[in-house]
This record gives sequence, C-alpha cells and structure tokens, in this order.
Amino acid sequence: MIAPVRIPHPREKRMIFKNIDRHDYAPDMETYLNEGGYEQLKKALTLQPSEVVEEVKKSGVRGRGGAGFPCGVKWGFIRPDEKRPIYLICNADESEPGTFKDRYIIHQDPHQLIEGMIISCFACRVNLAYIYIRGEFPEGAKILEKALAEAREKNFLGKNILGTGYDLDIFVHRGAGAYICGEETGLIESLEGKRAYPRIKPPYFPAAIGLYQNPTIVNNVETLCNVKHVMRIGGEEFAKLGTPNNTGTRILCVSGDVMKPGYYEFEVGSVSMGELIYDICGGLKPGRKLKAVIPGGSSAKVLRAGETYKIKGKDADGNPTENEIGLEDIRMDFDSLAAVGSMAGSGGVIVMDDTRDMVWVLNNINEFYAHESCGQCTPCREGSLWMKKITDRIMDGGGVLEDPDTLKSVADNIAGKTICAFGEACSWPTQSFIAKFRDEFAAKATKRVPAATSPEFMRDSLVKAVS
Amino acid sequence: MTITLEDSQVEITAEFESQADEIITHYPVSKRSATLPLLHIWQETFGYISDQACHWIAAKLELQPINVLELITFYPMFRTAPAGRHHIRVCRTLSCAMAGSYKLLDKVCEAAGIDQHASHGHGAHILKSADGKFSVEFVECLASCGTGPVCMVNDDFYEAVDPENLDPVLGKYE
Ligand SMILES: Cc1cc2nc3c(=O)[nH]c(=O)nc-3n(C[C@H](O)[C@H](O)[C@H](O)COP(=O)(O)O)c2cc1C
Ligand code: SF4
Ligand code: FES
Repeated sequence: MIAPVRIPHPREKRMIFKNIDRHDYAPDMETYLNEGGYEQLKKALTLQPSEVVEEVKKSGVRGRGGAGFPCGVKWGFIRPDEKRPIYLICNADESEPGTFKDRYIIHQDPHQLIEGMIISCFACRVNLAYIYIRGEFPEGAKILEKALAEAREKNFLGKNILGTGYDLDIFVHRGAGAYICGEETGLIESLEGKRAYPRIKPPYFPAAIGLYQNPTIVNNVETLCNVKHVMRIGGEEFAKLGTPNNTGTRILCVSGDVMKPGYYEFEVGSVSMGELIYDICGGLKPGRKLKAVIPGGSSAKVLRAGETYKIKGKDADGNPTENEIGLEDIRMDFDSLAAVGSMAGSGGVIVMDDTRDMVWVLNNINEFYAHESCGQCTPCREGSLWMKKITDRIMDGGGVLEDPDTLKSVADNIAGKTICAFGEACSWPTQSFIAKFRDEFAAKATKRVPAATSPEFMRDSLVKAVS
Repeated sequence: MTITLEDSQVEITAEFESQADEIITHYPVSKRSATLPLLHIWQETFGYISDQACHWIAAKLELQPINVLELITFYPMFRTAPAGRHHIRVCRTLSCAMAGSYKLLDKVCEAAGIDQHASHGHGAHILKSADGKFSVEFVECLASCGTGPVCMVNDDFYEAVDPENLDPVLGKYE
C-alpha cells in the first residue's frame, strides 16, 4: 500500500493517528514496545474489569463506527453475574462510502488496536474475540495476523496473560465484499458462517443476544483504540478533551472537491465546517464555490451551502436561546451535526463544489445502496432499487415530472419500516437531496407521463367500439 | 436466478487440507463460522469456486452444500468462474467517481484489452480480456476515498491513479 505521506496540520491533535505517516515507525512489536506499547494493558491488568469499565464510562467516549453510542454504557449492558461466555468483535469492515480511517490504523499501527482490544476484552470479561475485517483489505488482514502472532509470543494474548490468570485469544475474520457486514448484527450472522442478514432489535441487541446467541460487544476500530488512551490518561482527563458529551478526538476523512483531501484528527468539536474546508483542507479548487457537504459518510443527510439552521441552546442562566448559524459555522461534533438534521456518523466528509450535478451525485449513491441491500426487507430491497432506477432515468433524459415526488415517497416508505438501519441509510440521501435540491431534479425530470395505453384502448374508443 | 457451479476437479493437497484444519481451530464454538475463510482460501488457491469447492467445504464443516452455496451467491467477492491471471477492482463509489473512476474503468479496460460492453452498472459481471491476462470488476467504496480514484490489482492497492498513465499500475503484471 502506498501511504500518502503528510505532515499533520497544526490545528490537529493526533492521538489515535499519532503514528500514522511517520517515517520512523513500523507496524511491528519492536517499534511499538519502544514507544511504550502495551504499558496500558499492564496497567489495566492490575485493576478489576469493572474498574476499567468505570474509567471508560467516565471518559464519555462515544462509538466511532456510525451511531455514536457511548462505549461505557454499551459495556455496562453486560450483566455482572453473566454466566454465558461473552464475546467481543472489532468492527473493521470500514465500508461506509467516504470513510477511510480504520484502514490506516490497521495497516500502520495494528498494535495500538490490539492493545485497545485486549484491554476492552479484559474489561468485558471476554476470552474469545474476533476482528472482522473487510475482504478488500487482504494486506491489512496479514498485518493484523502477524501482529496478533507477535502479541501471542509476548504473552499479551493466549493463556494466563502476563501471569494474571486471564486467558484471551483474538482471531482475524475476513469478510467478502458485502457492505451490510458493517451492521453489527449482520456482521455477527456473517461471522457465524451465514449470509449477513441483520437481526431484528429487540431482541437481538448484541450485548444481550449476539454471537452464537451469547452476549457480544461490537466496537469500531477507532473506538477500541480510544480505550487504550482512556487507560493512559484516565477517564476524567479524557473527558476534558473535546466538549461535554462529545469527548476525545475524532478522525475526519475529507474527500471530494477540496484542495487537500485526507484524514485529520481533531479534538471533537474544535473545528467548524468552514475551518475544516477552507483552512485545513485548503479550500475549493480555484474559481469554484461550495455547493454541498455530506458530513458523516454517504448515508448522512446532505447539507446545502447557504442554508441556515436554528440552533436551540441555553445561556449562562439556563434560559433557552435560539441561534441562527450557517453551514460554515457547524461544529464538527456528534451533537452539533445532529442539531442541523444530519449526523457525524462515521466521520466521512464529502465536499461538492458548484460543478457537481446533484442528480448525478444521488444516482451514484443510490447505485451503492441498491447493490448493497441485503434483500431481507421488501421496502429496502425494492425501494433502494426503485430509487436507483428513477435517478437512472432522470440522468438518461427519461425523467418524468412526478419523479421528485415519487423518489421522496419511495424513500419515506423505507425509513423506519425495516429490520436494520440500512433502511434509514439508503433513504436519507434521497430524502435530503430532494428536500434541498428539488429544483435540480425538477429541471431534469420534465417529461409528461405517456398515456398508459394506446388511444384505441382508451375509454372513449372502447365505448364507441361496443356501441 | 439459477446458478450452476462448474464441475471441474482439482486435487486437494495435504498442505491445503492442513491450512483448512488450522483455520477451523479459530472457531472453537462453531465450525460453520469457517465457511467464509475456507471459501477464501479455496478461491486464492484454485482461482474460483466450483461445485467441488462447495461439496468439499460442506463435508469438511459437516454442513449441507446449500449452506455454502448461499454464501457464494451472497458475497460479491466470490466468483464461480475463473478470473483473469490478474484481477483488477476499480472503485465506483461517489468520491472516486468525482475523481474520475468511470474514466479510469474505461481506460483500464482499454489498456487491458477488455470489451466492457456488458459492464454498465456492475456487480455480477467480471469482464475478461481475450488473452486471459486481466479481468476487471467495478466495485464499491474501497475505503480510500481521499486519494481517489483507487483500484486494486490482485492484492495490491493503487491510489490517485492517473487514467491517462496506467503503466505504473498495470505494467508490472505478466
Ligand atoms: C448499514 C450499516 C453499516 C455499518 N457499517 C459500519 C462499518 O463499516 N464499520 C463500523 O465500525 N460500523 C458500522 N456500522 C455501525 C455498527 O452497526 C455498530 O454500530 C458499530 O460497529 C458499533 O461500534 P461503535 O459503538 O464502536 O461505533 C454500520 C451500521 C449500519 C446500519
Ligand atoms: S433494511 Fe435493508 S439491509 Fe437492513 S435487513 Fe432490511 S433489507 Fe437488509
Ligand atoms: S469512494 Fe472510492 S475508495 Fe471510497
């Protein structure tokens, strides 16, 4: 793999990506140990598992895979008196379009992930864990396997880890090209050797009924790396990074029409959308203007340049306030992006300038979801395909006047009516593109619906024919 | 959709068998979990998934052949016919498309001597050059959207590919 070599931007705070792009860093045990590797594991092993969970709860760290669920709270769902085996799975399926962060951790700093994962397994009393890595990372799978072997050799894994009596093994499991394996219950089915058909929640919350019907913690690569840093600085210190309820750092992956696309790690909420695009990513190409941003992976609702948002807050005395802000003012954190009707999701920021045709963009996204629907739920399986077919025909010049409304109605009939959140993921783009760029769709979809039947079969002709 | 698997026969070596056995030890709770990894090593070793693969893996894991077949038809990475000697995957998804991936696909096909007449959309089709040297597939986001357009040749990964200059990408494959 060719690693793009980049110097971090001064505004960045590199914690998880500290070792990414370093010339003097190799993804092996020796390098990692020289840099103080596995010290946090040793520290964790002197504590009780419940104390580690407490630290993670205090840190407030939220899941980096997409949903932003607080990690400590998720771990807390495991009952203290649980008698069944407990499993942990690292979600390394990284497949949400626009997201490219786990790739670099896996390829360049695998031991950081493994250390974070062992600490997490210890905290959740797990003795068997898997890293589910997407099939298209063959090199990454090899690197992880080598790193796991090195960790076994040093007895950071295996039986009686460092003499503490704690046993753990971790194996790498490769996916095979299906996006839905990123959804945690689909992932679990896939790991059981089946089609990745997501399970319905309730009852199949992984922490209650997961892998092999036993309690299972599923966490994203970046989330598990964060656990190592929670151990390093302590939950309370960690919680001081970022803003309340949006703690730690966040890796933002910027792609599309900016001068300097790439990955950037910031304290959560320390940059605004405008700073990200114009200062950090070098702005747009010469002569271009910002048109739209998808802020959290392709399923996040699109934001339109020039729109304003009313943000509710509280002043110093606790009285409700209302602020009007623009796209550039949005802080890049979970709560701020939720407040403007989109989401921080997986951290994939896709920027589009004024040369982009929004019908073309949505059509591209729709093709992705039509291809990736697992097919279990009718609204999702059929609807994702219909949405693609409609944007296809608008692109091909065959769009009819009703198409924007039809698109909206198809999308509205998927979200909330399916087994898994893919239903929302595939309808949010269509809903938001139609809401915000309806003009562009209307300008392209101008045909009138042709008569459903030929004139001789229309009612009047038939009436004439029989009389 | 009907699916017929080729009934070609290959010889299973002791080495392959022991590789499979080792993998099965990763799944102490349920052997069935080893289906995907066994399909992977079969495809890596023998090129594609045949009827023999389906039956051999099923027998090995004490499953029915349908339990294996249903994975072959679900997971896009498995193919039921040989690919070219070098298999190219070009990313189709948004960020790469904005960076020119459709053009890249065209140029790759041109350079590899592949007639992509049937490739619009993508998915099931793997297109092969007449000489069998290359095959190409349009795939979804490869998680490197910041350096589009990207592609893979076999297990090698290429970023920021210039469609007008494919020599650095395709040149070294024999
Ligand atoms: C359609 C869909 C695709 C997803 N893809 C991924 C993915 O590729 N990687 C990931 O970490 N989480 C993905 N998720 C989120 C997972 O279901 C799950 O919430 C996450 O792995 C939990 O880890 P976290 O709490 O550490 O974020 C996806 C969710 C959905 C609904
Ligand atoms: S919503 Fe879509 S992807 Fe999710 S289970 Fe239903 S059909 Fe499958
Ligand atoms: S869009 Fe091509 S790698 Fe993500």
